[in-house]
Amino acid sequence: MPRVAIQAKGLVKWFGEGEAKTTALKEVDLEAYFGEMVYIVGPSGSGKTTLLSVLSGILKPDAGSVQVEDIAIWTLDADRLAEFRLNKIGFVFQDFHLFPRLTTAENVAIPLILKKKEWDASVREAEGYLEIVGLKGRAEIPPVKLSGGEQQRVAIARAMVSQPDILIMDEPTASLDGDTGNAILSFVRKNILNENRCIVVVTHDSRIYEFATRILQMEDGRLTRTTEKSAQ
Amino acid sequence: MHNLLQILTGTGSAAGKEMPVKGTLKLAYKLLVNDTAKFSALLLGIIFAVFLMMFVTSMFVGVLNHASATVINIGSTIWIMDPAVQTVSNTVGMPDYVLDAVRSMQGVKYAVPLYSGGGLAKLSDGTYQSVSIIGLDDTSLLGRPELVEGKIEDIYAESGFIAVRDAEFSKLEDPHIGSEFELNDNRGVIVGIAKVATSGLYGTPTLYTTYERAVQYLPNPRYTISYVLVEPKSAADVQRIKQQVEALGYLALTKEEFMQRTADFFVYKTGGGTNMLIMVIISFMVGLSISGQTFYTFILENLERFGALKAIGAKSRDLVGMILFQATFTSFIGYGLGVGLSVLLIWLAKLRLPSYAAMLSFGNLAIGLAMVSIIAGISSYAGIRRVLRIDPFEIFRG
Repeated sequence: MPRVAIQAKGLVKWFGEGEAKTTALKEVDLEAYFGEMVYIVGPSGSGKTTLLSVLSGILKPDAGSVQVEDIAIWTLDADRLAEFRLNKIGFVFQDFHLFPRLTTAENVAIPLILKKKEWDASVREAEGYLEIVGLKGRAEIPPVKLSGGEQQRVAIARAMVSQPDILIMDEPTASLDGDTGNAILSFVRKNILNENRCIVVVTHDSRIYEFATRILQMEDGRLTRTTEKSAQ
Repeated sequence: MHNLLQILTGTGSAAGKEMPVKGTLKLAYKLLVNDTAKFSALLLGIIFAVFLMMFVTSMFVGVLNHASATVINIGSTIWIMDPAVQTVSNTVGMPDYVLDAVRSMQGVKYAVPLYSGGGLAKLSDGTYQSVSIIGLDDTSLLGRPELVEGKIEDIYAESGFIAVRDAEFSKLEDPHIGSEFELNDNRGVIVGIAKVATSGLYGTPTLYTTYERAVQYLPNPRYTISYVLVEPKSAADVQRIKQQVEALGYLALTKEEFMQRTADFFVYKTGGGTNMLIMVIISFMVGLSISGQTFYTFILENLERFGALKAIGAKSRDLVGMILFQATFTSFIGYGLGVGLSVLLIWLAKLRLPSYAAMLSFGNLAIGLAMVSIIAGISSYAGIRRVLRIDPFEIFRG
């Protein structure tokens, strides 16, 4: 029986007030397990990113609970929640959000630096992760000089450097061409996913569905369908 | 720069062993200085503000210092004067009995008269030049200047005067020993050239002579003693002497008090202090508006990065620390460069104009430091408020 990584119950989230009030999540229940790469797919505005933000401790739900391993994350205060994200979650943002004034290795080292690890040691460790994502020799250049695919790999290295249990990827192929997107997700599936890690991907790029272990369909703030995929 | 960073963060080398710079501050430092254009603009704003402020206040300090030139140069411990005296230049004569009375007071080691006044010297080419005359006590020559040419005892020679080689020296046609001039139809001869710590405020050359010759050469009112210079037997006697002088109807001030009284006159009774205050406020506003706005723009442009840090797991205090560090680092580097620029320009100005009054003091530096600290505080406050309000969800949503 696989271990539960994330357990969400009755998640409700709304935005705006009065007539402008819209409900982004409507009583969403979800379980994600270690060793699986779960895709949350659906049309724009269906609530995918909102759900991902609530699951990862970024956006507080108006109702419901999220349990990550044995931590009820929305009972934590702001500092403990930040600590939780730093230690347990690796983020790959849709727009990468790399720092153009830092070198590639320094970008990757940021989570370690936030964990108060010594600067030079963090950068050295980051260089090792750059090697893992196939960017050996690119450590000293700023990320703006890298291609979109390479920047995505830097973002993945940054998400992985603190060895989180859960990797959150928001539209990871949105800025990439089809081949690069496939290569990135293939790499993640083969090299990042393991039995002690859970990867949650939000996407509406059907070209990368083949890398998922399970696909959750989302429509109008609800999870409507689950598709189990065979392990590759 | 790296060493400076270590000093500022307090994590530099200890006993020769290299220690790591605190990571988040180094991150803040790199985000700041690697954005060369923005960092330069921030520095320029601070430098300009500090320079403006330093220049105005140093000018004022210089004027105050020159205004007290006689007090500084004579160097007596206690000065006794008429209570109406506001500055050392505006003397009110005192009758001779004041000198006798002071000499008989308890705690007085010695007391001598000093003449301080002005005259019109007719130079060898027939032109007239205003001069300041200091008449030293004939017996002790207390307050005599340091001679660079000639001997002090020659001041007793017939018509002997000592010229002070300061910024105004050339107005006496660069006199040398033996140069002659006329003072109220009396012949004067330069018997020595002296140097003093501070030249006067009013742009007139200074001549030293004996007290007796001064009152003899210059037209005088009924009373001729400008000041009585007193040396107390001990520091504890100063207060007692002041009380006794006050009982006599006169005023006794220490050297520092007299300088302060002179300064107060210029600050509070001439409008100079108000003007300086206005200029300080203007330079503060300029610095705040340039640096504050540039820093705030810098924060806004990096808002997305701060949001990303927040989403990844940076705590609020990490972000606050980073912004405070960036503002403080910029402000203090700008302060140092601004002070350096002021010193350089004052030095260059003095090369061209020896009488240029500007002078930097610890007070100037402290005011400047306080000003940049406030600018740093206000700038970072605005930035911190903005950064703390970022919702990492906005970053997530793209």
